[in-house]
Amino acid sequence: MRIGVITFPGSLDDVDATRAVRLAGAEPVALWHAEHDLKGVDAVVLPGGFSYGDYLRAGAIAARAPLVQDVVDRARQGMPVLGICNGFQVLCESGLLPGALTRNAHLHFRNRDQALRIERADTAWTTSYAAGQRIVVPVKNGEGRYVAADADLDRLEGEGRVAVRYVEGNPNGSSRDIAGVTSADGRVVGLMPHPEHAVEDLTGPSTDGLGFFTSVLEAVVGA
Amino acid sequence: MSTVDTVERAAGTPDDEQPWAELGLKSDEYLRIRDILGRRPTTAELAMYSVMWSEHCSYKSSKVHLRRFGDLPRSEALLVGIGENAGVVDVGDGYAVTFKVESHNHPSYVEPYQGAATGVGGIVRDILTMGARPVAVMDSLRFGRADAPDTARVLPGVVAGVGGYGNCLGLPNIGGEVLFDDCYAGNPLVNALCVGVMRHEDVRLAKAEGVGNKVVLFGARTGGDGIGGVSVLASETFEAEGPAKRPSVQVGDPFTEKLLIEACLEIFAQDLVTGIQDLGGAGLSCATSELASAGTGGMHVDLDRVPLRDSTLTPAEILMSESQERMCAIVEPGKVEAFLAVCRRWDVLATVIGEVTDGDRLTVDWHGERIVDVPPRTVAHEGPVYDRPMARPADLDDLQADDPVALPRPGTPEELAAHWLAVVASPDGADKTWVTEQYDRYVRGNTVAAQPDDAGVVRIDEETHRGIALALDGNGRHARLDPYTGAQLNLAEAYRNVAVSGARPLAVTNCLNFGSPEEPEVMWQFAEAVRGLADACRDLGLPVTGGNVSLYNQTGDVPINPTPVIGVLGVHDDVRTRVRTGWRGAGETVLLLGATRAELGGSAWAGVVHGHLGGRPPAVDLAAERALAELLAALAREGLVSSAHDLADGGLAQALAESALRHGTGARLALPDGLDAFTALFSESTARAVVTTTDPEGVRASAEWAGVPVTELGTTGGDVLAVEGVADLPLAELRAAWTATLPALFGTPEATVGSVPAGTVPTS
Repeated sequence: MRIGVITFPGSLDDVDATRAVRLAGAEPVALWHAEHDLKGVDAVVLPGGFSYGDYLRAGAIAARAPLVQDVVDRARQGMPVLGICNGFQVLCESGLLPGALTRNAHLHFRNRDQALRIERADTAWTTSYAAGQRIVVPVKNGEGRYVAADADLDRLEGEGRVAVRYVEGNPNGSSRDIAGVTSADGRVVGLMPHPEHAVEDLTGPSTDGLGFFTSVLEAVVGA
Repeated sequence: MSTVDTVERAAGTPDDEQPWAELGLKSDEYLRIRDILGRRPTTAELAMYSVMWSEHCSYKSSKVHLRRFGDLPRSEALLVGIGENAGVVDVGDGYAVTFKVESHNHPSYVEPYQGAATGVGGIVRDILTMGARPVAVMDSLRFGRADAPDTARVLPGVVAGVGGYGNCLGLPNIGGEVLFDDCYAGNPLVNALCVGVMRHEDVRLAKAEGVGNKVVLFGARTGGDGIGGVSVLASETFEAEGPAKRPSVQVGDPFTEKLLIEACLEIFAQDLVTGIQDLGGAGLSCATSELASAGTGGMHVDLDRVPLRDSTLTPAEILMSESQERMCAIVEPGKVEAFLAVCRRWDVLATVIGEVTDGDRLTVDWHGERIVDVPPRTVAHEGPVYDRPMARPADLDDLQADDPVALPRPGTPEELAAHWLAVVASPDGADKTWVTEQYDRYVRGNTVAAQPDDAGVVRIDEETHRGIALALDGNGRHARLDPYTGAQLNLAEAYRNVAVSGARPLAVTNCLNFGSPEEPEVMWQFAEAVRGLADACRDLGLPVTGGNVSLYNQTGDVPINPTPVIGVLGVHDDVRTRVRTGWRGAGETVLLLGATRAELGGSAWAGVVHGHLGGRPPAVDLAAERALAELLAALAREGLVSSAHDLADGGLAQALAESALRHGTGARLALPDGLDAFTALFSESTARAVVTTTDPEGVRASAEWAGVPVTELGTTGGDVLAVEGVADLPLAELRAAWTATLPALFGTPEATVGSVPAGTVPTS
């Protein structure tokens, strides 16, 4: 099982995503934004950070990187893709996921340990959890407020596309406490919180985040 | 016809008026430059000397005192000492750690966001320059009164700047300080620390060697920002009136710096440089003269090759510009193409601007005309040195005689509880989440402890679990009462903070923030603080690896309290055995380690309740500190304690409250016999810590062996912090008081029900 982790200029949590993939029992593969080369990976993680310094709009420039075009093509054929924080922003900018991430309502960067509820335990990245399960992972962002038009939000809720929701407090003013969403086929997931920072007792607030990375093993093997 | 002031022209026009005073030089310094060159300096040379001979770059007032650090016994742990960009320490297993603190005080007052942001950027480049991967940052911040209107301007900008830059670089912020005092109203202190890790063999030095080797400038383009930052801004006293100094503050671009870090590390890995220097204060003037001076001496630069953001810049401005995110490397000709290829991969602009030459002159040409021809050592390392007059402050006897013993004390349990809450809820004692949640503490996935823990702890090897601990402390109240003792107290506190995590303290850095060296009383404070720090380091067997001096921190004729901020680095052989702060489990025994005396001079209680600063600071007992540190390390190794927290500002009262609030676990306690409740709670005697354990007899046995007094205080559990004869404080009430202060002062972004700061959610 090979899981790619893309590094863009300004990616920061690529080392963390790589570690999480390894701890989950898969082989992490470093992917470079400028190359049209997915190196035969079975799934891809777009990590957190400030790709291109968040200039223009967070994720906007990275969404147009050569490799992301390949990721979009493969994702439409069912390859599992996980976007974390800046990676989520890139997936929204690339059109793989609906909605947009805007400046936090309180205008501050905020880092805290955040309680989440897994709303969908049947996407490629969440089968290790039970639906309704409460987990705690770090959230840290300045532009993490999920927004979409009310009609779109209604449709997403109706289609069960909200994968993860903030509970016990909304850290950034996201619409309807949405922390992460999924594609219609459940193969692409994006979320603002950082499961890759909650994979070891020593360094994380919990090990609750590891489930995202173990889930995809089943998803690929089962596909 | 050229309008540039060339060397040739300077030689022919000795009587031309030059703006040396406006550039911050004294008349005798200007005459010395003329003497060195045997003619008047060119405009470009004058610019170089003025920035390099500034207090900020030359340490001209502090050098004679700083020698004390160099005179300390040689430490086996020290791989690279004072004089390089940052000291390097052996932490075992072939790993080396480099760490340093630097001030960005003056820029942060003028332009808080950019001042603080570029402070972080500058210290990160210093660490990178040593060949290390930067792995974490810390910040020690001091502001004017918390409720002063200008603090509401400065603090949010500084915090956003520290966070904005560090977060975007992907460096976890693992701790620091946020404190308030009137004396910092016009001179906030923004001290940033960076720590980096490398293998022993990867250490790089800033020198230019090998005739024919190329000088490569890489990173951001050079612009008009920060011109004269070191000479105009950081080496003069702020006046209440005067022209705006905003253009002297640099503007940061952390994205470019992140690329620079990755490019540099790849360049180091491929062994493509023979010497490297970052461009910080004094920009190209500093980088070229220091590289040449530390090397064989000869260098030539074609200044017109420097890529510019603003094509109208003059040569002198280019030499003085402090545009951020730039580095200068010395590269063998055969490796230049590989060097440039790495830079291209990371979208980093790189330009060959010169080469190492025979001889001992630094020459700079501008479109073929010679505008600089100087001996580089006279610019970089042989600047003026002043042994300035010193005088013990005239008010010090009165201040020390004004003992807090005369202050009204709380008598009833109700008064004791009220004073306890007042200290805990004071801006200095209060919860700092408002600040620290703007910082990323998790990135890179190696943060084992961060604020609000006593020390930041970082894992440096995932296989061997080797780790490091760092703490920064800089109480200026104690130092005002006695700078010699104050500096030692700050060292002792940082040492203790590292020790409570279970780490073995290894090395010291410092950032010495003082008023104007031209005032004899300030100079005396400085000399005393350095003497105190050096003596204490000798006693503890710790090397000083480097440091930073920030002078002229005063507005008009009122200096800040002398504020030596001391950083201590410790090592964890196995970071999994680190001891955490805060109580988690019920039924554990709470023990106080160390002895308590009636010591309230400069205490938080005196300051918060009475607005008082006087008397003598607590006594320093380095033997007791060392015994406590060795005990704490042994307890950690043996797994005998489940939590530890040091006692410092606010004494036992503050430590108990913080321990209980960390994870929401209370305790039922009784204060030690033989002490009145007031002294037991608020004294700030040193060499003390509170630990919890399920094996009190085991801890007692170890403590007895180490010669550390132990007092049993009680048992953890419940949601009340109950102290017999004082108060039963419900944690909810205590938490409300502790957490409300900073949001009330600086704004509550929005109510978030039930959410808590990073690092505090108990998980199963």
